[in-house]
Amino acid sequence: MPLLKNNQFVNDEWTKVSDTDALPEGAKIIVTSTRLIQDWDLLAKYTGLLGVSLANNERAEILTPYLSQLSLIVLSFPAYTDGRAYSQAKDLRLDGYRGELRAEGNLLLDQFQFMHQVGFDSFEVNERFALQQWQAASKQMSLAYQRGLYRTSGEREVWSQRHQGFAPWEEQPHAG
Amino acid sequence: MYRYDEFDHQFVSERTAQFRDQANRRMSGELTEDEFRPLRLMNGLYLQLHAYMLRVAIPYGTLSGKQMRQLAYIADKYDRGYGHFTTRQNIQYNWIKLEETADILQALSDVEMHAIQTSGNCIRNVTTDHWAGAAADELLDPRPIGELIRQWSSLHPEFSFLPRKFKFAITGAPHDRAAVKVHDIGLRAHKNDKGETGWEVMVGGGQGRTPMIAVTVRDFLPEKEVIPYMEAIMRVYNLFGRRDNKYKARIKILVHELGAEKFKAEVEAEYAKHPAQTTEVEQRELTRIEKYFAQPSFEKMSRFAPHFENAKRENVDFARWAKNNLATHQVDGYTIVNISLKPEGGIPGDATGEQMRVMATLAERYSFDEMRVSHAQNIVLPHVKLEDTFAIWQVLKANDLAAANYGLIGDIIACPGLDYCALATARSIPIAQAISRKFADVKKQEEYGPVKLNISGCINACGHHHVGHIGILGLDKKGEEFYQITLGGSSSENASIGTILGPGFAAHEVPDAIETILNTYVKLREPGEEFLGAYRRLGPKPFKEALYAAA
Repeated sequence: MPLLKNNQFVNDEWTKVSDTDALPEGAKIIVTSTRLIQDWDLLAKYTGLLGVSLANNERAEILTPYLSQLSLIVLSFPAYTDGRAYSQAKDLRLDGYRGELRAEGNLLLDQFQFMHQVGFDSFEVNERFALQQWQAASKQMSLAYQRGLYRTSGEREVWSQRHQGFAPWEEQPHAG
Repeated sequence: MYRYDEFDHQFVSERTAQFRDQANRRMSGELTEDEFRPLRLMNGLYLQLHAYMLRVAIPYGTLSGKQMRQLAYIADKYDRGYGHFTTRQNIQYNWIKLEETADILQALSDVEMHAIQTSGNCIRNVTTDHWAGAAADELLDPRPIGELIRQWSSLHPEFSFLPRKFKFAITGAPHDRAAVKVHDIGLRAHKNDKGETGWEVMVGGGQGRTPMIAVTVRDFLPEKEVIPYMEAIMRVYNLFGRRDNKYKARIKILVHELGAEKFKAEVEAEYAKHPAQTTEVEQRELTRIEKYFAQPSFEKMSRFAPHFENAKRENVDFARWAKNNLATHQVDGYTIVNISLKPEGGIPGDATGEQMRVMATLAERYSFDEMRVSHAQNIVLPHVKLEDTFAIWQVLKANDLAAANYGLIGDIIACPGLDYCALATARSIPIAQAISRKFADVKKQEEYGPVKLNISGCINACGHHHVGHIGILGLDKKGEEFYQITLGGSSSENASIGTILGPGFAAHEVPDAIETILNTYVKLREPGEEFLGAYRRLGPKPFKEALYAAA
């Protein structure tokens, strides 16, 4: 599956490590949240970069103690209609997580901008859509009524625009 | 009323362009029906039994003459000359062609309307009291907060793929005409001990297969906290609402399964965890919106309207209509005109293009260019001089809009049923028509007093049968339609779910059964006692006996 970051296809340098696999030295690894918590003593000293995948029925809070040492969190959309990961993403960003936030699963064009807006910055996407389609999909709407969104395609916040002197929330995600 | 600014215009235009592209991709075959389905649903386009159905949002039920004319134009040009006003204060068109839908959305956008989020598992059209801004008992106009919620919920990136659809209802008056206790979230304005205004927040009401009355999660939410607090509720629902079974996916099931206290604790924890950075922008936005809903410039008039009184004395039909269809206004000399879309033998909530234009003209001429759609599928002229009502009534009468049955047994709520709907198990419209013919005589209807009769053609309960004083539910038994009757439901501030009386009836038996119920009430009522009060005092027993003993 191609990986999209900053609206370009890039190589995925991360490796998923199952709960029973040995840890490769000095790599970029993704473990499950279960393993992260169970093997924390070991993982805290890991020589490479640490990522975690969170199932969409798990609470984002379980990652709170580890956030500063995580470089990647993967959230999943088992079906495009299952919107739990939007709230998990929002929760993680509100909790102060600033690393890479990746969406995987059934990603379609028409939800792509929403994903950006809640703080996702990398996407494991389906091969059936061309890069140009993803690029167009990331900026379908140029306005948003909600405040505090990530606005990677320069969307304007309507309410902040109407009431001058109130700058929108400027912090934006930075895909690694 | 609210007017779009440049941002609102641009937002709806972009959305319309987006849909045109999607529809073109579907028609060219680039998108399969499966892929197109969620996209069209996000724009209110359903595929029904015979054709596409388009549901257009009428935010908090308020519209202008110009907007109503455009709805009429769409009915005439793109449908079969009529539209259907719904229990969610929207309008539906039943005979829509896919290739014309983008043009219809464009026509709507020209008059500051849209079909965004009128379907799909997202936050739907916000509904309010249809007498908002006019009702004598009102504490505050609920529409500004309704507009704030409309904007905030439009294409909300976090809450567009909820477990299930989500409905808000808001009332600014102690007497609840917006059925807030049977919505996913209901808001009710009231004052605290210090005289400040705030909102009671009720969550988890609903009808459908599992009817429930909402529980209060906050007695008094300050106005400035409404948006962040709604975010907290929505986040808890989005994360923890059930997704394994579509029939258990509404927030009412989550509230029920967690228990009200635990649900409240989850919401409060979420709310406390991420305090809003600032609510000042929301406050300023609300103030901006409120200006659009300032009271119109009413004339100072006496409460006594001599021409009105005179017309009533001279014309008994007008007097009857005035008695039943007018409601008390906040301002002396003015009244609220309720136009019943329930003529004898008619389809509840239907209006022709011509009737829409007639109502638009009346609103422009007599009601500060304002109309409302009520959840009981009627149209309201909210700000009318008493002295103008006779002229209005004459126009209504000439256009088959003068049914004098507002709030009476003929004022039936009914879903489209098996005549249109792909989900229905039985027809609703012919039952409503048969009952309305049975009780055609308004004098007879007046004898029964205020009665709410609601009909649904399946257990999804779009016709609100659970909260009808008399509810009728159409079901299918081995290919035969039959109808279950419930009594004692209410959607008011004393909301309750109706009780099933006993075995169902065949379609042709329903009108007689209703008459038996009403006659039983008349026989047993105490002086001045309305139907619902009598039922609550007597219980189902005497009604059961009357209905089933005879058989």
